[in-house]
Amino acid sequence: MEDISIQICGIGKSWGKVRALHDIRLEIGKGELFGLIGPDGAGKTTLIRILASLLLPGSGTASVEGYDVVKDYRKIRDITAYMPGRFSLYQDLTVAENLSFFATIFGTTLKENYHLIRDIYVQLEAFSNRPAGKLSGGMKQKLALCCALIHQPQVLLLDEPTTGVDAISRAEFWEMLRRLKTQGITILVSTAYMDEAALCDRIALIQEGSILKTDIPSAIPGDYPRRLYAISAKQMYRLLKDLQQMPAVFTAYLSGQHIHFSLNPDFPEPGLIAMLLEKSGHEGIQIREVVPGIEDSFIALMKGESV
Amino acid sequence: MKKFLGFVRKEFHHIFRDRRTLLILFGMPVVQLLLFGYVIVNDLRNARIAVLDLASDQVSREITGKIISSGFFRLVTYLESERDIHEVLKQGQVREVIIFEKDFARKLQSDGRAAVQVIADASEPNTARMMVNYTQGILMSYTLERNRNLPQAAAIIPEVRMEYNPELKGVYMFVPGIIAMLLTLICTLLTSIAITREKELGTMEVLLVSPLRPVQIILGKVTPYLLLSLLNAMVILLMANLVFGVPVVGSVVLLLAMTMLYILTALSLGILISSLTGSQQVAMMISMVGLLLPTILLSGFIYPIENMPLWLQAICHVMPPKYFITIMKDIMLMGNGLMYFWKEAVVLLFMTAVFIILSVKKFKIRLS
Repeated sequence: MEDISIQICGIGKSWGKVRALHDIRLEIGKGELFGLIGPDGAGKTTLIRILASLLLPGSGTASVEGYDVVKDYRKIRDITAYMPGRFSLYQDLTVAENLSFFATIFGTTLKENYHLIRDIYVQLEAFSNRPAGKLSGGMKQKLALCCALIHQPQVLLLDEPTTGVDAISRAEFWEMLRRLKTQGITILVSTAYMDEAALCDRIALIQEGSILKTDIPSAIPGDYPRRLYAISAKQMYRLLKDLQQMPAVFTAYLSGQHIHFSLNPDFPEPGLIAMLLEKSGHEGIQIREVVPGIEDSFIALMKGESV
Repeated sequence: MKKFLGFVRKEFHHIFRDRRTLLILFGMPVVQLLLFGYVIVNDLRNARIAVLDLASDQVSREITGKIISSGFFRLVTYLESERDIHEVLKQGQVREVIIFEKDFARKLQSDGRAAVQVIADASEPNTARMMVNYTQGILMSYTLERNRNLPQAAAIIPEVRMEYNPELKGVYMFVPGIIAMLLTLICTLLTSIAITREKELGTMEVLLVSPLRPVQIILGKVTPYLLLSLLNAMVILLMANLVFGVPVVGSVVLLLAMTMLYILTALSLGILISSLTGSQQVAMMISMVGLLLPTILLSGFIYPIENMPLWLQAICHVMPPKYFITIMKDIMLMGNGLMYFWKEAVVLLFMTAVFIILSVKKFKIRLS
């Protein structure tokens, strides 16, 4: 990596006895779209808040564009944009008022930096006189992104920007992030949605305050340790229960419309499983082998396997 | 500076779009002033009385006439016998009964003395005391008038003059108190809510990561309320003057300057409260319970501090409104200049400084 934008060296953070983050180490390059992927409570928000200089790290150091998050917090607040997970604009101000307020406090104007947000703002312009509280979830996120971008930040920190947003708006939102990336802005985005991981340049999987793995999205499932199968039948719930009770089955979990499962090394044949299931009364069983995705790797990692 | 002005503009938007805030800001002063001015009146007016005139001669009728025409009393009924006295008092028809003894005029003429009995309903002690005092006053002045042409026996007659509020109007006393109360409420309650609301809505997070300095955030929050409070104080003073005839004897400029000082004290207290609490609920509770009630009860607004037990007096001395009310009374009613209340002004200044230092120290540049 030639230019480092965000550097995290052994960051830890505890809330009383609860350990929120443990020895986090990451390097994010300039202009990278980096995904922080993990379930709720994994420590994503805490890490992003530390980078935004909103929280003090318990241990370790971190820097953004070379500025220390503790010592140079003022400088960091100038060059970064932070979008909290919760919608944090003024609900009683209109779209236009919110934008011009955030432009003003960052010492700029809407006119001056309109080009930065034009692509996004055109979708909002029709509602510019509507109070922000009366926008839809997707619109709110677009407005929040506009407000975050209005001062031309070098680094964009987004905490679960797509949570609670419909699928189409989510896709649009990611499309916007891809376009922002072309302007050279470093983007760190956290999400609990596995399908969004593939849209990042690189991702880190985070679980219980520790980073499990960091890599490009396509490489992460690459060395999945077992063959993975997708199965479906008429009674999916009973199927899952039955599978989980079979000694031959290593893991079984729901994944979309199917159940993904893998077998213990001693039982290499899924055909046997189908027979057993048919005997116990399942109908319409279909099994096929699938290529493991990020979610599958993540579940394996969470179980403590090395992938 | 531009950032600061942008912030102030945003605050004005918040205020003018929130009905609750607007109501507290502009509805309350008017309602409070009218309520206190008209309802909590200590003056005696049209107290209902009955007269049992056993003499029914010229003198007793003259005195009765004087009592009724004074404007303080309204005659409800003439009683027929002593048996009726308790009946009318118990039923609440009248608050006071005046009884003239038999042969009133003749006794006065021959013995030089005649008796009037005054029976008051003392279930409301203050009113009873006042009614009796007023009745005695009228009887006294009648006696003096009657004896004017007689050779005077040695007598000490106090000549009382009620200085600064000759008619003892209650509203004179309430206006400074109401201004103090409203300013405390608006400045402290509304600012503390305004800051904690940002914390609750999560917008404080965004403000913190902006280049705005804590001072800019605090001053930006305070400035709109400072202006609106000053406007409010002027409205109250004007209304008190036009509706109730409360004068401002001293300098209006000095009055406004002192009001400004007190507004600053209250605002800095509001900021302190908000930097110590995280939710609007808590901020509101502290402002209401911790400030509003003491402002009414412990500031000398209604009840004189000198009459309280010592430990309560000690609490009174740390209540900012106490000093402000003293200053207000000095200027408005007595027309005093700064040299008469500079001590109170210094106390307020000192309190403001302490509040500001504490809140700047407590203001968090980070979360939690």
